[in-house]
Amino acid sequence: MEKDNYDILEHELVPKHVVLSKEESKKLLKRLKVKPYNLPWIRASDPVCKRIGAKPGSIIKIIRKSPTAGITVYYRFVIPG
Amino acid sequence: MEETEYVIKTIKFGILSPEHIKKMSVVTITVPDTYDEEWVPIPFGLMDRRLGTLEPLQRCETCGERMEQCPGHFGRIELARPVIHIGFIKYITMILQTTCSECGRILLDDNSIRRYKDYYLRFKNKKLHYFATLINNIVVKKASQASKCPHCKATKLKIKFERPFSIIEEMNGESKILTPYEVHDRLKKIPDEDVELLGFDPVYARPEWAVLFTLPVPPISIRPSITLETGERSEDDLTHKLGDIVRTNEKLKQSIESGSPQLIIDEHWNLLQFHVATYFDNEIAGLSQSVHRSGRPLKTFAQRLKGKEGRFRSNLSGKRVDFSARTVISPDPFISINEVGVPYDVAMRLTVPEKVTQWNIDRLKEAVRKGPNELGGANYVIRPDGRQIDLRFVKDRNVLADQLEPGYIVERHLMDGDLVIFNRQPSLHRISIMAHQVKCLPGKTLRINPMVCPPYNADFDGDEMNLFVPQDSEARSEMETIMKVEKQMLTPRYGGMIIGALHDYITSAYILTKKDTKLSRFIASYILGLAGYREPIELSNEIKGREIFSKLLPNIDFEGKPLAVFNEEDKKLVIKAGRILSGVIDHNAIGDQKAHTLLHKIYLTFGPEFTKDFIDKLGKLLIGYLDHYGFSIGLDEEDLPDEAYANINEAIRKHLKKVDEYIEMYRKGLLEREPGATVEETLEQKIMDELNLARDEAGKIAEKYFNQDNSILITAKTGARGKMLNLFHMAACIGQQSLRGKRITRGYENRTLPHFKKGDISPYARGFIKSNYKKGLSPLEFFFHAISGREGLVDTAVRTSQSGYMQRRLINALLDVYVEYDGTVRDAEGNIIQFLYGEDGIDPTYSFGQEPVDLDSIIKDELEK
Ligand SMILES: [Mg+2]
Ligand SMILES: [Zn+2]
Ligand SMILES: [Zn+2]
Repeated sequence: MEKDNYDILEHELVPKHVVLSKEESKKLLKRLKVKPYNLPWIRASDPVCKRIGAKPGSIIKIIRKSPTAGITVYYRFVIPG
Repeated sequence: MEETEYVIKTIKFGILSPEHIKKMSVVTITVPDTYDEEWVPIPFGLMDRRLGTLEPLQRCETCGERMEQCPGHFGRIELARPVIHIGFIKYITMILQTTCSECGRILLDDNSIRRYKDYYLRFKNKKLHYFATLINNIVVKKASQASKCPHCKATKLKIKFERPFSIIEEMNGESKILTPYEVHDRLKKIPDEDVELLGFDPVYARPEWAVLFTLPVPPISIRPSITLETGERSEDDLTHKLGDIVRTNEKLKQSIESGSPQLIIDEHWNLLQFHVATYFDNEIAGLSQSVHRSGRPLKTFAQRLKGKEGRFRSNLSGKRVDFSARTVISPDPFISINEVGVPYDVAMRLTVPEKVTQWNIDRLKEAVRKGPNELGGANYVIRPDGRQIDLRFVKDRNVLADQLEPGYIVERHLMDGDLVIFNRQPSLHRISIMAHQVKCLPGKTLRINPMVCPPYNADFDGDEMNLFVPQDSEARSEMETIMKVEKQMLTPRYGGMIIGALHDYITSAYILTKKDTKLSRFIASYILGLAGYREPIELSNEIKGREIFSKLLPNIDFEGKPLAVFNEEDKKLVIKAGRILSGVIDHNAIGDQKAHTLLHKIYLTFGPEFTKDFIDKLGKLLIGYLDHYGFSIGLDEEDLPDEAYANINEAIRKHLKKVDEYIEMYRKGLLEREPGATVEETLEQKIMDELNLARDEAGKIAEKYFNQDNSILITAKTGARGKMLNLFHMAACIGQQSLRGKRITRGYENRTLPHFKKGDISPYARGFIKSNYKKGLSPLEFFFHAISGREGLVDTAVRTSQSGYMQRRLINALLDVYVEYDGTVRDAEGNIIQFLYGEDGIDPTYSFGQEPVDLDSIIKDELEK
């Protein structure tokens, strides 16, 4: 398989990742009453972050499949590194 | 005296600077002794009066206060030669590795330093300590790779830490130990800005302070001497250690002053370093321990804090409390599951403070009159002015009782109905601690209903449990609303009833609800009366056991599958409107540690209070019935007819022959290898399989000969106690014994025992037991059985300690995680761990097995409406 042509987002086990817009991020933080660094972290060097172009400081939304909940949403704060 | 309250916001740790040590010290210690012949502290000795006093009535020579007020004062030892502080040696090495030995700068060019500094300050100002530390680590990593100083161009030599306390510099293959003087000089050269970038606060922890020129001597209040019963004085370990230090220091001083050879001086210097190091930590790797005359290692600073018996785990996390009790537990099936039987002696020592009001004044007056030695009395009275009166010393309690009026507080004895906390270690889950109601009973043990054993994992082979009495109504109300036994009957582990019938209750329920069980009028009314049934009923002389059981049931519909199916009609348990129509009651209907039982449904339908009452009544009914029935187990119940034994022998012989064939094939090299296994492994597997078949078949044959009223058969099939396999072990064949999951092979050279030929791999030579417990084992079989038995004991011992350690680590990591009101899971700092608890927000306590809700029955109930 050609490594460069393989899209990790296509993989069965990689859930859907979306970079939140400024407004969405603000809304989320307001709803949860937290600072960005209180969210779980993900490194900017994470393959998924590189692929979807998430830069340090942004928040990404992860939509996962769940055996009990059907679909479940998770958020991560992108940190440098 | 003016008192001000402060709230601790942060704690900052640092290194004491030599100036600081000098400033806080009140005396320089130069004499290595403590007291003279008259037990007077020697001036400038380790117990100098200026360090504070511990003698009653004496005044401290520094502050003039008495023992209670004087906090103690530090002294100091001026070391003749500096030594390295053992606790900081790793950091010192790290700093020396990352800085220049000539100019003291970090081994990075100015540009990078500026850049990192910028990042570091930005994170620090935002209080993002994690990121700030990250920068420190990057700087250390980068700088330690340099081979030349970018500032003064000096070459960087390799620096290593060598156990126990040497720092070594390598110069073209040769290594040289850096003296504390050299270390100090190098550390001193590092500018404050660079110190900060390496992760240290130059105000509170200049690195050169880790090289000790002056050693603080702690006040005697932290190292008091003790007088033994014999009148002998014994000094604290720290005092002993300080004595060693002073002695060595004085010797070193002398040898320097008298111009001794460098070799002698170095020897003393090294000894001083050893004593100072063990003074801080007496368990340093690569260093011999400092010991007492008796050979016992000294307990120095690190040992005071570390480990299970250390300050943290023993004194700070493990506080002991008043108003608590601990004794052996024993069963009492006639108290409620939410009660605890408390011995009179205990009830008269534990007290509850009760404020006198117009509503309880008569009762409390009576309690005061009864006094401390009669149950229902009181031990103390606290007057409105705060004075506490000990009732043991009151001559006329009647007078005191008459004085009682609202505003007084009476510390009355524990009485029936008081809520107390009950606990059994190891407290592995929430329900290891529950609230019970007190029931004062004669006897010396704490009593619990056997049906609350499962949550505590208790039995009565000598188990002890703890009891705590809450002292205010806030605690009591919390216990009332969430901690009571009946509110903890569902476990969050699998969402089922952890409390329920067990052992004899199940046996009794099965025998009572069997299709053909009929009760006489006398016994029926007796057990119903015992259960507290008070409705008028019609009783014939042939009343069905099922009918009796149904009398206790609420109006409920239930369908289930009994564990024990002895006949076709009872394949299904059907309860309609609180009457058993078919099937028997056994572990699947009222058992403990199980979801989807009849009890579970009653709990979900009628709630905790009702279920508790139901279980109480049920327990009394079943115990009453079994008492009457007289259930027991006899040796002859494991007897089989000769015909059965003949069949069993034949079956086992057949399988043994098969094993012989396998061995023969293997010897001839005809045995075919299974995928992924060697020929030997294949043979072993085949033999094991065959021998297990032999045991199973023997059991199957035996099973045919047991009556339906065989006691062990009943307990096994109803889920009361034991498995069918246990019965087969007793009656038919025990089968292969194993060690580490394999047949037994170890022992002598190529054989397990000298009774066998070398290389014999036949079943009997490898731990197969053909006998059963009833008939007894042969000596060789007995030996193999003991091997397996021992392995079982060792395994449980190892497993409990390992899982205990894992539990400790997990609890320490997770103890401040909680579910916020918005459903998110957070830690104490407010960091989010999950955005919805368990990613579905479902509390497993109230879920239906693997599903969130029991959709089927909801739909069914709705349709029937
Ligand atoms: Mg026990
Ligand atoms: Zn003092
Ligand atoms: Zn330099």
